[in-house]
Amino acid sequence: MTQPILKLEGIEKSFGKNNVLRGVDIDVAPGQSLVVIGGSGSGKSVMLKVALGLMTPTGGKVLFDGHDVTNSTGKTRESMRARIGMLFQSGALFDSLTVWENVAFRLINADGVKRSDAKERAIATLKKVRLGADVAGLYPAELSGGMQKRVSLARSIISEPDLIFFDEPTTGLDPITADAINDLIVEQVRGLGAATVTITHDMASARKIADEVAMLFEGRIIWRGKADEVDHSGNDYVDQFVHGRAEGPIQPAI
Amino acid sequence: MSNVSTHKSGLPNPLRWIGASVLGFFAEIGNLSVFAARVKFAAFTPRWFFGEIGRQMIKIGFYSFPVVGLSAVFIGAALALNIYEGGSRYGAEQFVPSIVVLGITRELGAVITGLMLAGRVSAGISAEIGAMRVTEQIDALETLSASPYRYLYAPRFLAALITLPLLVAAANIIGVMGGWLVSVYSLGFDSTVYLRNTLDFVTRNDIIVGLIKAFVFGGVIAIMGCYQGDRSKAGATGVGRAATLSMVGAAVLVLATNFIMSNLFVEIGL
Repeated sequence: MTQPILKLEGIEKSFGKNNVLRGVDIDVAPGQSLVVIGGSGSGKSVMLKVALGLMTPTGGKVLFDGHDVTNSTGKTRESMRARIGMLFQSGALFDSLTVWENVAFRLINADGVKRSDAKERAIATLKKVRLGADVAGLYPAELSGGMQKRVSLARSIISEPDLIFFDEPTTGLDPITADAINDLIVEQVRGLGAATVTITHDMASARKIADEVAMLFEGRIIWRGKADEVDHSGNDYVDQFVHGRAEGPIQPAI
Repeated sequence: MSNVSTHKSGLPNPLRWIGASVLGFFAEIGNLSVFAARVKFAAFTPRWFFGEIGRQMIKIGFYSFPVVGLSAVFIGAALALNIYEGGSRYGAEQFVPSIVVLGITRELGAVITGLMLAGRVSAGISAEIGAMRVTEQIDALETLSASPYRYLYAPRFLAALITLPLLVAAANIIGVMGGWLVSVYSLGFDSTVYLRNTLDFVTRNDIIVGLIKAFVFGGVIAIMGCYQGDRSKAGATGVGRAATLSMVGAAVLVLATNFIMSNLFVEIGL
């Protein structure tokens, strides 16, 4: 069996008395696209931050390519992050830098690539996400939401990572732009052969991106299956979520 | 039955509140100390982002110059008027140049610059970093293998350490000139005599004292701004609160460290 590129074992995370994650077990194989669905407040973003090392779990282990990186620091963490890309929900582009400087940030500041070479690679990567060289010199505030997501996608793939995280990649976009972003994600990820973990509550996005879908509910993974099984999972929670019904075992978060 | 509501522990609520406040205060001091130590470590060990340091020097130093200059000229002028008024009661008007230059170089040049920058720079840094925190830009930095301590906080800290003494040196000159303007054009002092008295009275130690204070204030202002920004909670309210806390904290720390340093310098005869 192939060794997972990422494995979470019994991950727990609490904030005071609030137990957000209560033993998450999940793994992703190289090249596999896993989509984690779940309602608002189900702990999806916290799970992603724990996997990325932005938060330390209260319990459990994070294994990256077979190595325990739960409490890693320094060079171990740096070498892990060098193989990871991340597209944030808000885009998280740096306001004070131009588009190409955002895209080439890792190349210039972590990999020591010369600015002129980094700029060339940034413009080439922008082309992959259907953005022309004319936007390279603009600032993020001058771009539309969809364009910002594309720039963020370009930043996440420029170093050709082995694993990419997508946090709500289509949130805040109109359906057409969202579909275009989904297409770009699928196209670019397949081109790279990278594994991906996407968290979303957009089922159209999940169906398009996923090889497998897992559902997070009350801090645990309650179902996992192939993407084409999600519509007839036989799980009441998944059925309610997938069909967007207010009635069912999940109480609406209002 | 007692009117005072009690908690499960049996302690009355006011005692719980005092206890929680004291513990919270010491926890805050601890967190700030650890944060400051990490910023200093990042600032004085490689790798340095020289472009960022340069940009911050322009933002903190160059753009603060007008407000510092204006404040200094008015403080110097008001100081001269008040010393003249007080001195005239004892026939000691001739001490205006000496006391103006002493007050400006040892105390007011640095303190006024520190307080103005506590408002302008510390609040600005915390609002900027707070906005970056709530829009996940700081998380993004970490995922791109750039430590926020090295890329964001250390450049601001170093830029403040370098530019505050320069601003205070300028504030000292401008403040003394404010006193000179009022003394010559309003109080009837002879220009040459005023300037000669000023230069004869001021010592190298007076200037060094002001510059040492400026250096310390630079560190205090930058660290408070970065600390509150880094801890900023989500939303406009959170960022606004971080800016307020950093401004108030930096201003209080400027005044407190000024007192401690003044005391120390008097003790050691500097």
